[in-house]
Amino acid sequence: MSDNSYTPDSKIGKWFNDRLPLLTLSKHLQDYPTPKNLNYWWTFGGILTFCLITQIVTGLILAMHYVAHADMAFESVEHIMRNVNYGWLIRYVHANGASMFFLAVYIHIFRSLYYGSYKSPREIIWILGMIIYLLMMMAAFMGYVLPWGQMSFWGATVITNLFSAIPLFGESITTWLWGGYAVGNPTLTRFFSLHYLIPFLILGLVVLHIWALHVPGNNNPIGIDLKKPSKDTVPFHPYIVIKDLFALLIFLIIFAFFVFYSPNILGHADNYIEADPMVTPAHIVPEWYLLPFYAILRAVPDKLLGVIAMFAALFVLIILPWLDTSKVRSAIFRPLYKQFYWFLVADVLILGYMGAMPAEGWYLLVARVATAYYFIHFLIILPVLGQKEKTLDVPQSITEPVLGGSANQSLAKEQKK
Amino acid sequence: MSDQKKTKRRDFIFTASYTLGAVGVGATVWPLIDQMNPDASERALASTEVDISGIERGQSITVLWRGKPVFIKRRTEEEINKARQVNLKELPDPEKDEDRAKNPEWLVMLGMCTHLGCVPLGNKGEYDGWFCPCHGSHYDTSGRIRKGPAPTNLEIPKYEFISNSTIKIG
Amino acid sequence: MKNIIKYIFFVIIVVSYNSNSFGAENSAKLLNPGWSFKGFTGTFDRASLQRGYQVYTEVCAACHSMKYLSYRNLSEPGGPEFSEEQVKIIASQFEVIDGPNSDGDMYTRAARLSDNFVGPYANEQAARALNGGAYPPDMSVLVKARKGGADYIYSVLLGYGETPSGVTLDDGVYYNTYISGNKIKMANPLTEGLVQYSDGTSATEEQMAKDVVTFLAWAAEPHLEARHKIGFRAILYLIVITILVYFSMKKIWSRIETEV
Repeated sequence: MSDNSYTPDSKIGKWFNDRLPLLTLSKHLQDYPTPKNLNYWWTFGGILTFCLITQIVTGLILAMHYVAHADMAFESVEHIMRNVNYGWLIRYVHANGASMFFLAVYIHIFRSLYYGSYKSPREIIWILGMIIYLLMMMAAFMGYVLPWGQMSFWGATVITNLFSAIPLFGESITTWLWGGYAVGNPTLTRFFSLHYLIPFLILGLVVLHIWALHVPGNNNPIGIDLKKPSKDTVPFHPYIVIKDLFALLIFLIIFAFFVFYSPNILGHADNYIEADPMVTPAHIVPEWYLLPFYAILRAVPDKLLGVIAMFAALFVLIILPWLDTSKVRSAIFRPLYKQFYWFLVADVLILGYMGAMPAEGWYLLVARVATAYYFIHFLIILPVLGQKEKTLDVPQSITEPVLGGSANQSLAKEQKK
Repeated sequence: MSDQKKTKRRDFIFTASYTLGAVGVGATVWPLIDQMNPDASERALASTEVDISGIERGQSITVLWRGKPVFIKRRTEEEINKARQVNLKELPDPEKDEDRAKNPEWLVMLGMCTHLGCVPLGNKGEYDGWFCPCHGSHYDTSGRIRKGPAPTNLEIPKYEFISNSTIKIG
Repeated sequence: MKNIIKYIFFVIIVVSYNSNSFGAENSAKLLNPGWSFKGFTGTFDRASLQRGYQVYTEVCAACHSMKYLSYRNLSEPGGPEFSEEQVKIIASQFEVIDGPNSDGDMYTRAARLSDNFVGPYANEQAARALNGGAYPPDMSVLVKARKGGADYIYSVLLGYGETPSGVTLDDGVYYNTYISGNKIKMANPLTEGLVQYSDGTSATEEQMAKDVVTFLAWAAEPHLEARHKIGFRAILYLIVITILVYFSMKKIWSRIETEV
C-alpha cells in the first residue's frame, strides 16, 4: 500500500501508530482511491457489510433467548415473538435480513458478472466471494432449521439426505451429520452451534475479500485499469461513503417494508407448525434464494448425479475467471456477451421458478433445459466467446468519456458512430 | 455573497443529516438494549402467594420470589422481645422492629445478604438471627445488620396478608 | 436516479416472483370480509376481538388449545384489552395443575394472569382418541401457519355446504369448499345464534367467523399494532433522512464536478 509513510499529527497518535498502525489503516481506508464513475450497482459491497453486521447483532440477541432443544425450540421462538421486549422486531429483522442479504449478494455477484470484475487481477477477490457465498448458504440453511417448524425439520431432512447419495459412505455420513438415525435433537444443537460459528468465518473472509480488493483497486463500469490516484479516482471518504450511505438508506426502506408490513411473505406458513417427524408437508420448498440450485438438483434423474450437478453449478462459478477468456472486462464493450449475460439472468430466474414448482411434467422439462443452458453458458459459451467476439474500442481513461457527460451516454454516442 | 449563502445551506444539510442520523441510531439501539430487560412473562410473575398455615412458632420457610429467596419466619415471643428492646443507637442501619414486622409474629424479608448477595443461615451468628457465611455478616432477630461488612439490613419486600394463612409477596 | 428506479423495479420482480411461486394449490378464491388490521396503519377492532374471544372460549376451545397465550395477554395493549379485573375473573374459571406442594403432591388451583391458556386435552394422544384420529391443531399461531392466513380460516369456517354429487365422504368427514382436498374432519362449528353477544351484535355465522378470526389473527401476532405503528414511523424517518443524505451527497460530489 502506497500510504505507508503516513505519520499522525499528534504525539499520542504517533506513539500508538508506531506500535499498532491502526491510524495508517484508517488513513488508507479514507484515502483509498476509488474510480469516480462507479454506479449504484457498486454500492452493494457496503450494503452487504451492513447486512452481515445486522445479522450478527440480531443473531447474537436471539441466541440470548432461544433454546436449542427439539422440545423447546419452537416454544422459545414463540416466547421471543410474544414476551421478549422487541423480540418480534429483532426476529423479523433477522429472518428478513437473511433474504435481504441474499438479494444484495445476488446483485453483487451479477454486477461482477456484467462488468467482468472477476477477471485478472481480481481472481482471488472473486474466489473469496464465492466461498463467502457458499458459507452464507450453509448459515442460512442451518438458521432456517432452528425454529424447528415443519419446513425446518423437513428441509433439514431433505438436504442432509443429499449426502446419502455418496457411494459406499453415504449412509454413515448422514448418520454422522444427524447424530442419530434421523434428524433430531442432536442435529438441532449442532446446527445451532455451526450457525453461530459461520458468520464469524464470513466476517474473516470479508476482511480478506476487502484486503484483496485494495491491492488492485476497484474495477469500474468501463473495466479499464486506472492509474491511481489520478483524475479518474476520488478518495473513498467522503465521496464513496456518502454514496454508499444513500444507497443503503434506499435499501433500508425496502428492508423496513418487509419487516414491518409483510414479515412472513418470504417464509413458509408451514414453518409455524411445530416439527412433526410423522407428517411431511405437501410441498417441501427451500427458501427462495436456494431455489435455482434446488431446481438443478431435481432436474437430474439420478440421485448421485443430481447432487454432483448441484455442486458443479457452484464449482463452475469458482473457476469462472479461467473460463471467461475475453481480455475485455466490461460487458459495455462486449455486445454479444451482453446478450448472453441477460440470457443467463433469465435462465437463473427460470431455474428459481422451477425450483418452487413440483418436479413433474412441463416444469421438469423446462428445468432440465435451463440446467443444461446454465452449464453451457459457463463451459462452452464463455470460453468460445472470449476468442471469437469482436469487442468495441475501449477508452483509455474514465475522464475521456466523462467529458461528454456520463460514461455510458458518451459510449452510446461512440457506438452510433 | 452567494458563495457564503451556499456554504450556509450546505452546513445546514450536513448538520440536519448528522442530527437526524444520531436520532435514528439511538432509536435503533434502544430495542437492542431493552430486550435484555425482564420480559413480559417474567414481569407477570411479579407476585407470588405463599401458604403459611403450616409454620410453627420459631420455624421459618424459604420461598422463591423473582428468582430470589424470601425468608418467612414466625418468631417466638422471646425473639420479638429481643428485637424490640435493642437500642437503635447501637445499630449501623437504625430501623425499628415495629417498622420491619407489622405483624410482630411474622418477619418477611429477602434472604440475600446486603453485602454481596449470599444467602444467610438462620438461627446463627452472635445475635441469634442470621449469619452470612460468605464474609461474616451478623444479623439480629429482626434481620438488622449488627456486625460485619454488610451495609444495610436485610431488605423487606412488598407483601400483604391476604388471609390468616396466605401472604402475597410482591 | 435511473439506476435507483431500475433497482426498485428489480426488487419488485423478485418479490412478486417469490410470492407467486407457491400458489396454485387450491383454486377456490378465498373470502375476505375486509380486515381492520391490514394496511399501513391497521389496528384490531377491540370489540371484535372481545367477541372473538367469546366465540373461541364457547365454541373452539372445546377442541382447540392455544398454549402459547397467557391470560394476561387478554388485558395487554394491542389485544382485546379486557380490564385486568375481568381477566382475573376469566382466569379464575380455569384450573391448572401446580405443584408439587410440600407433601410432594400435585394439586389444582385456579389459573392466574401469568398462566398459559388451559387446553382441552391432556396431550396429543388424548386429543386424537376423542376426535376420530384427527388432532385439532393448536390455534396460537394458526393464522400464520396457513397459507392465505386470516382469509383462509374465515373461508373455511364459512365454506361448509352441500356435498357435490360424485363426492363420497366417510363418517366424520365433511365437505368444505376451501380446505385443501375439500375434506375436513371438523364439523361445521358455527350456526346462527350459537353465542349470545353481550354487546347486542347479532351472532350471524359471518359475524362470528369474522370475530373469531380477528381474535386468532391477534393471537398469532400479538404485537401487530406496535409493528404497524413503529413501522410507519420508521419508514417515514427513513424517507426523510434519505432525502437529506441525497442532498448531502449532491453537495459533496459537486466539489468533484467543478474540479474536473
